[in-house]
Amino acid sequence: MMRSAVAAAMLGAVIGTGLAGGIIVARAQNATTAISIDNFTFTPATVTIKAGTTVTWSNKDDIPHGIAATGNAFAKSKTLDTDDSYSFTFTTPGTYQYFCYVHPHMTGKIVVEAATGENTTR
Amino acid sequence: MSEFDRDDGINRRKVLECMTWVGTGVLWTVSGGVPRSLGIMGEAQAQEVKGLTFLQISDSHVGFHLPPNADALGTLQECVTKVNALPIKPAFMIHTGDISHLSLEAQFDDADRIISQTRLDVHYVPGEHDFLDPDQKFYRERYGKAAKGAGWYSFDANGVHFIGLVNVVDLKAGGLGNLGTEQLEWLEADVKGRSASTPIVVFAHIPLWTVYPEWGWGTEDGAQALSYLKRFGSVTVLNGHIHQVMQKVEGNVAFHTARSTAFPQPAPGAAPSPGPIKDVPADKLRTMLGIANVTFKQNEQRLAIIDTPLAG
Repeated sequence: MMRSAVAAAMLGAVIGTGLAGGIIVARAQNATTAISIDNFTFTPATVTIKAGTTVTWSNKDDIPHGIAATGNAFAKSKTLDTDDSYSFTFTTPGTYQYFCYVHPHMTGKIVVEAATGENTTR
Repeated sequence: MSEFDRDDGINRRKVLECMTWVGTGVLWTVSGGVPRSLGIMGEAQAQEVKGLTFLQISDSHVGFHLPPNADALGTLQECVTKVNALPIKPAFMIHTGDISHLSLEAQFDDADRIISQTRLDVHYVPGEHDFLDPDQKFYRERYGKAAKGAGWYSFDANGVHFIGLVNVVDLKAGGLGNLGTEQLEWLEADVKGRSASTPIVVFAHIPLWTVYPEWGWGTEDGAQALSYLKRFGSVTVLNGHIHQVMQKVEGNVAFHTARSTAFPQPAPGAAPSPGPIKDVPADKLRTMLGIANVTFKQNEQRLAIIDTPLAG
């Protein structure tokens, strides 16, 4: 019941996006990048993405972590307990330094490049 | 007198790093403003206790439920039972932070329910796990109402000046624990005008000295704080955060970290990360958890710390 409802919603989203701007746009808007938090380390520590990409951090540690950007350049996550994740979609090109606000020695970097060609819809 | 009593010259600058995970604890004293190691717990118990005795409890992490400890509240209860069974009732207790694991109200409620069974006054400082609620207000509402800033304060007991500091807020990317300008200014003013013979006890969650920066075990501006205390003959710094007993003596300053009541963490660099040591045999866990008992003896200017594990 629940599963089919989610599947239907996802299908709707894909179709809707496809209708709006073609299949390439749909791919850009749905682009995702995963960062794992494991052993008090962000892996990979630096990711380079196109604008419009959603970054998802997942906490694989037994200790809670939290994501905060230097200078609050993007929204802070709530506390991520074990197996919790946090997603943020980067729309503005630039370099974003971030750290764990619970363990600030943990740092990482997101480099957001301008989307090109048909992808510059945002 | 123990043999260590004759070793002033050697011990004055000696760095003690004691990983007493299996042993019964370490006692060290401050005599004439110079802290030094005296021996192990048996020796400590043999001495007549006078003056002020207080307890340090740390890193309860109420809500933690993963290996090696499925029940952090249960081991906190065991520690409290141990406190209540002490032959000498302590004057009060300090808790050096990480009361809760995730700053949930229910976790603070559970911790308070267990800790209040000691019927002791408890002086808290927060750990980083106590400021994880979105508004960072639960800790302050419960424990920091009479304190300054994020929860720092001082008080006096039996001629000893106690200072509780907060080094877990406004943490900077890539940095260690942080006290901040406002708190440093307050500290400088707080100790100004006090006699250099006043014994000082400073307590905070993250070690005020640099234990292992690779794991964030230290305080960015800790040295600045300690510079205000240089003129005092006896300074004792009590911390938590690293879930193991570690000691260091530097000039007139004695540093000490306490065990957690919830789970042990590895020795610096001994594991890929500072996360909990997971593969602890069930029968060994309680040798790695515990409390610290601190005694100040008037006239002798001695401050002795006994780390007592839950078992072993």
